[in-house]
Amino acid sequence: MQIINQMKLDFLSIPENEAFARVAVSAFAVQLDPTLDVLADIKTAVSEAVTNAIVHGYADGPGTVSIRAALGEDGTLEIAVSDRGRGIADIAQAMQPFFTTQPEKERSGMGFSVMQTFMDAVDVDSTPGKGTTVTMHKRLRDR
Amino acid sequence: MEHERRRDTVLVKLEGELDHCSAQAVRRELDGLISDPQVKKLVLDLKNMSFMDSSGIGVILGRYRILAMRGGAVAVKNMNPHVQRIFTLSGMGQIIQIL
Ligand SMILES: Nc1ncnc2c1ncn2[C@@H]1O[C@H](COP(=O)(O)OP(=O)(O)OP(=O)(O)O)[C@@H](O)[C@H]1O
Ligand SMILES: [Mg+2]
Repeated sequence: MQIINQMKLDFLSIPENEAFARVAVSAFAVQLDPTLDVLADIKTAVSEAVTNAIVHGYADGPGTVSIRAALGEDGTLEIAVSDRGRGIADIAQAMQPFFTTQPEKERSGMGFSVMQTFMDAVDVDSTPGKGTTVTMHKRLRDR
Repeated sequence: MEHERRRDTVLVKLEGELDHCSAQAVRRELDGLISDPQVKKLVLDLKNMSFMDSSGIGVILGRYRILAMRGGAVAVKNMNPHVQRIFTLSGMGQIIQIL
């Protein structure tokens, strides 16, 4: 992918930054003139990944969440959300619909399913004790 | 939040964004409104809810569990297409009535 624009955000893992993060990425994506529906999809997926970093990645204490976003000349958006938190031991299991390690906090285990529904591709890279990066792709417009 | 009680039903208008950040406050407020055991039905009007993600699913299903234990139910109305997709995905359409 030939990159035509790129941005990077670092912020503290506090819930108040969930809204900030999804609005920031959506404002960045606006440059490619996506539809409102596509922007809503992006906001929702970013919110899921950032919330996961905050509530799961940094369950043991606050840390930094990083987002890198890139626009490709082919009309695609790539978003990577990273934390340096506890990591995921079994990624395939974590991505199963309804799988959650926090049922007592009324989590439903739908975050990854929402990301997969609203984005074109979702990849998870994680190492227990080191952290997690969720990389998502979305076509914003045709070439 | 704006709400109304009619016999055994509580109608609540959810406003703004329902994410993990706002979930705790919304949860507490809804639980207060349905704390009377006479309440059997919670109707959530989503017309003015501008954003919801999976944390919102947790809030709605959690209230459903409380009411289902006393033979009650939860219904939602004025869902936008985006929220509708999250609803369908999570299978919530099976247990939450859509008005
Ligand atoms: N960044 C992360 N760091 C560590 N574990 C994670 C991370 N993201 C997800 N997980 C693990 O994957 C599971 C599934 O995540 P998913 O977002 O699908 O559901 P959830 O967050 O548990 O519930 P919901 O998103 O519906 O509130 C989580 O319960 C958690 O165990
Ligand atoms: Mg989640």
